[in-house]
Amino acid sequence: MAKKGDWVRIHRVVLDAAGRAPGVPEDTAKVPLEMWVKGELKADAQIGDEVEVITATGRTEYGELIEVHPYYTHSYGKFVPELIEIDKQLREELFGGGK
Amino acid sequence: MALAKDYASVMGRNNEIMKKALGLDYEEFESGRLRFDYEELMTSTGYTLEEIQRIQALTGVGNTPILELRNLTALARKYAKPGYGATILAKDEASNPSGSFKARRAACAVAHAKKLGYKGVMAATSGNYGAAVASQAAMQGLKCIIVQECFDSKGIGQPEIIEKARRCEAYGAEVVQLSVGPELFYSFLSILEDTGYFNASLYSPFGIAGVETLGYEIAQQCRARYGKDPAMVVCTSAGGGMVTGTARGLIKAGAKSQCVGASIDLTGLHMASDTQFNLKSCTTGHTGFGVPYAVDPDHSDVPRSAARPLRYLERYVTVTQGDVMYITEALANLEGVERGPAGNTALAAAFALAQELPVDEYIITSETEYTGAGKHLQPQLDFARDNGIEIFFGDPGTEDKPGTNIVLPKSPAYIKTKDMDMDRLRASFIRRACRKRDIMNPCDDDIKFLMEETLASEEFVRGVIAEMNK
Repeated sequence: MAKKGDWVRIHRVVLDAAGRAPGVPEDTAKVPLEMWVKGELKADAQIGDEVEVITATGRTEYGELIEVHPYYTHSYGKFVPELIEIDKQLREELFGGGK
Repeated sequence: MALAKDYASVMGRNNEIMKKALGLDYEEFESGRLRFDYEELMTSTGYTLEEIQRIQALTGVGNTPILELRNLTALARKYAKPGYGATILAKDEASNPSGSFKARRAACAVAHAKKLGYKGVMAATSGNYGAAVASQAAMQGLKCIIVQECFDSKGIGQPEIIEKARRCEAYGAEVVQLSVGPELFYSFLSILEDTGYFNASLYSPFGIAGVETLGYEIAQQCRARYGKDPAMVVCTSAGGGMVTGTARGLIKAGAKSQCVGASIDLTGLHMASDTQFNLKSCTTGHTGFGVPYAVDPDHSDVPRSAARPLRYLERYVTVTQGDVMYITEALANLEGVERGPAGNTALAAAFALAQELPVDEYIITSETEYTGAGKHLQPQLDFARDNGIEIFFGDPGTEDKPGTNIVLPKSPAYIKTKDMDMDRLRASFIRRACRKRDIMNPCDDDIKFLMEETLASEEFVRGVIAEMNK
């Protein structure tokens, strides 16, 4: 249950696949144009409900409630062994490695 | 009565919405069948270089330091013939408030919006420009909406773009995220119409004038420090604004430096393709923007783009994603400077181009950009691997296949540039310009305009037109 005033993320289909612009690539033409935006919930709601929010600039947007208290999870990524290899190679090339 | 907001209705009101949102009537600059008055457009807003410097200084933009990359220079000299290997410099644009040179463009656009009395600004961008506009809007007290192309149809977003969204929100902006497709412009227009905000287009004359200070500073700083202009200024090229503004600034400073464009080669990947969206591992600085904007600058969000790279470029080179990732790691590891990756496109090129120049010359890359979670070579390579991209050491020059692999150079000696065929780009520009306006028999004035637009000879322009009419 999300409360009125909660900061949430909503999702909406802006153009369905049939309404896409002419000339988009075939794969893109098969899928809808979707939008995600965040804002303050205007009334109590459940995940999956059609809701209205007030965005950071004060606009009203509507869409399906998909996340309450949204947060970022992007990171510095998983281990990439090639980076250790590059570092070793650079030290070797420029400073003669461990010599 | 409420206006119809379906795709065709909104797009049909494009001209009207844009005129209101730009505070500028582009019709005034149309001065022939093909011709428009580019220099008049550039001076129309009345900002001199000194005025731009003053506006930028108010928000701490510009006057960024030049870093001398001594260890990368020593490394490049190792692979150059004796007596060759210019000193490699980098203009540390990451030290601008929003972390990239885009702060220069945004400072002017937002100041102009404020002067004209707009309550807010909007920009359509998945790149550093969003953060720059958001940062400037915060400083200058305007509202800000950034519209981003961010996710594929599975809802998977490029880590680099997600980080840029976070940065915009950190500056208080509203971020509207969309799935892949050129109809982003429709959503952008629709919100622009509803809000009455200013379109802080990347391609406005004041945006490009904002970059002129960068070229000007490069000349001034190099003269003060080294007693000469750099032999080459290498600019990462996507929408063409960096090349155009920097070259104009260098000219205003009276510098004779050669301006070289550089993009990551992403040949074969379609920029509007849903399934190919996450097969690229750098979301800007690549040929997917660089080439279309060079040969057809007027397909942006303004009627006439102020970014016109072919007016200034005698040379335009490509490097690979693997080269850029490698040089990004080298910059951190050998110079103690963590930046990029996409903004290091020009640096990868400069590393190779330095080897063409004598040791007593200087080569400078016109930018660095901030790095952060998502926007860093490790998450970008990790994301690539998760999307089935093969990553291995080899020869990027012969093995690179964008969308299939990332070839890390097996030695720094394998970081090479490839020259684009400038005449091919020029010919493409000329054909597009003529076809767009349906002018297949250009008059002498049209020919002259096309020569200015592409740095081509009269004979060349006439040759392309004759070929087209065959």
